[in-house]
Amino acid sequence: MIVARTGNEAMAEAMRQINPDVVAAYPITPATEVVQLFSTFVHDGTVSTQFVPAESEHSAISACVGASSAGARVMTSTSSQGLALMHEILFIAAGLRLPIVICLVNRSLSSPINIHCDHSDSLASRDSGWIQIFTENTQEAYDTTLMAVKIAEKALLPAMVTTDGFIISHGMERVELVGDAEVPKFLGERKAKTSLLDVDNPITLGALDLQDYFFEHKRSEIDAMNHVLPIIDEVQKEFGKKFGRNYNTVDEYKMDDAEVAILAMGSTGGTGKVAVDRLREQGKKVGLIRCRVYRPFPKGAMLKAVSKVKVLGIMDRADTMSTLGGHLYNECRSILYDSEERPIMKNYIYGLGGRDISIEEIEDIYAELFNIQKSGEVDKEIVYYGVRGE
Amino acid sequence: MASLKQLATQKEKFMGGHRACAGCAATIAARMVLMAAEQPVVVGAATGCLEVVSTIYPYSAWNVPYVHNAFENVAATMSGVEAAYRALKKKGMIKKDLRFIAFGGDGGTYDIGLQSLSGMIERRHRVLYVCYNNEAYMNTGIQRSSATPRGAHTTTSPAGTEIPGKIQLRKNLTEIVIAHEPAYAAQTTIGYWNDLVTKVRKALEADGPSFINIYSPCRLGWAYVPEKTIKVSKLAVETCIWPLYEYENGKYRITVKPKEKKPITEFLNLQGRFGHLFKWHDDVPIKEYQAEVDMIWERLLKRSAE
Ligand SMILES: Cc1ncc(C[n+]2csc(CCOP(=O)(O)OP(=O)(O)O)c2C)c(N)n1
Ligand code: SF4
Ligand SMILES: [Mg+2]
Repeated sequence: MIVARTGNEAMAEAMRQINPDVVAAYPITPATEVVQLFSTFVHDGTVSTQFVPAESEHSAISACVGASSAGARVMTSTSSQGLALMHEILFIAAGLRLPIVICLVNRSLSSPINIHCDHSDSLASRDSGWIQIFTENTQEAYDTTLMAVKIAEKALLPAMVTTDGFIISHGMERVELVGDAEVPKFLGERKAKTSLLDVDNPITLGALDLQDYFFEHKRSEIDAMNHVLPIIDEVQKEFGKKFGRNYNTVDEYKMDDAEVAILAMGSTGGTGKVAVDRLREQGKKVGLIRCRVYRPFPKGAMLKAVSKVKVLGIMDRADTMSTLGGHLYNECRSILYDSEERPIMKNYIYGLGGRDISIEEIEDIYAELFNIQKSGEVDKEIVYYGVRGE
Repeated sequence: MASLKQLATQKEKFMGGHRACAGCAATIAARMVLMAAEQPVVVGAATGCLEVVSTIYPYSAWNVPYVHNAFENVAATMSGVEAAYRALKKKGMIKKDLRFIAFGGDGGTYDIGLQSLSGMIERRHRVLYVCYNNEAYMNTGIQRSSATPRGAHTTTSPAGTEIPGKIQLRKNLTEIVIAHEPAYAAQTTIGYWNDLVTKVRKALEADGPSFINIYSPCRLGWAYVPEKTIKVSKLAVETCIWPLYEYENGKYRITVKPKEKKPITEFLNLQGRFGHLFKWHDDVPIKEYQAEVDMIWERLLKRSAE
């Protein structure tokens, strides 16, 4: 079925079709609608979910941990300050290996207070042990929400699927929906190995774990992350086969003969692709790489993509506050360390607090990358694009 | 009414061998609460002494399903467990009739977990929340909480030369909970096993959220010899420092009325945490504490007579 949906509507629609056992959530702009729409499904009886309208995001994710420990399929949605308030429990959810799924709408973290998109919220939780997937558009947000449940349950790790605040969350787009009956067939039931509700086989979860065993347990959690990429590949393949839409961990656009490229995450991937098309019409050999799966970091696919070009502009919609530039920039430099040949890299920190990035601006960045290719030199490695006084 | 004989024949649900101090009331409370439960239970605990002493991988004192999430969120965690139970029961995946119990210390309940508790009750999750109240943050080394009484020495309200222990009075959490109109709320203490067991059974029968505040002497933080735990617990009731009462359907009932109301000094002078008050140059802290106890007791008498 083809419909017009905003990102939030599409994610809520996916949640309706998933019909989780428990949803515990708290509203926050720009993710509020997901919770509102879901409440409507609950009160209209179109889902059989137990909805826990928590009194805070901290309690929402805590209830998710409880429900998931009891063997339920569990989802929530939040953004920015809400995710920050969940921070403590994110690590616990991952450590307890609970496949909770968050529909996350990216919004900058205060201060200054702002409600618009950047990636500071999701990236601040990148080390929490959650799988993180950044989507480019409404269709992808919908599809990835469906896939995330399966990925999380196979990996026994929690997952967050992100859209860009307002740009995707409130942008109306054409979306192709999977049939209601297809979703449960695709996902099956969650089969938890243990459950708190199994009173005949009592388990202790969240035991104190000191010098004697903690490290082994952490190590096994880290190892679980090592197994995630093949699981994502497998689920993406299955999804593609069943529903005809194919995804990769790293999205390459017109990269085959590209000489310069941009690497970005989220909706900027879409804007960038239009810029690529325009420049290609002028005969310019440009391409775009989009990091779709950010945690775990898809090293192999990313190396393959970035190694194709001479010059790479890395666009980060957040700063690491380390004076070393953005997240993608640092991770790409790290994975390229062992490569004999690597592209010249320049980091563009852009779009903080929702500042728009236009097709023309991206074309402008490509022009700069060509100049770098010509001169073989980068004058300034990290720039703050579109800021007054830069 | 339960008989001790009958309770003693039960399979232990909270086992010995844990690492609580000798004479620790928190662990006595946990064992008694689980003994009282007639239905199968799922337990959650907040970070704190009870949690820390009862598990250390690969050991666990809990012979029932148990989850520990964090410090401030046991009420929210158990809200989620209970919601999952409802969902999976509706699907036919769970057949048994289960009960849910959350344990939190006074720090995890009066202070950092108050919001989470309030949310759980307001949303009407059928969970029994047990606060084992030892009147300070014991696990982290005896810091004051909002349950710490006037004058008590803790490591963050020390008996100084200018300020003799905690300046403020206790927060009345049980009344805050009652203002939520739970299905059942009560105060009890381990020195009155029958009162405790009866109240737990009532709470687990109640169709909605319930709350029991269990006064749980801590021999380390309160600084008394371990064998005095039961005596200290009973004295708290005899001095009306810890009235035993319950609230149900808009009605208060005092469940144990002391024959004679003893002055609080009889309770205070057993414990090192109040020792400095008896050497202090005036009797203001003790008087203020006594006045608070009297006011709350008088009000309770009135309310239970209505
Ligand atoms: C968010 C957070 N803040 C602080 C702590 C440190 N902490 C652990 S237990 C505890 C005090 C527990 O006090 P209480 O709830 O009264 O339980 P008790 O130890 O007295 O039994 C504190 C402060 C923590 N674990 N988490
Ligand atoms: S410090 Fe107090 S509460 Fe903690 S184990 Fe010892 S007696 Fe029990
Ligand atoms: Mg305490």
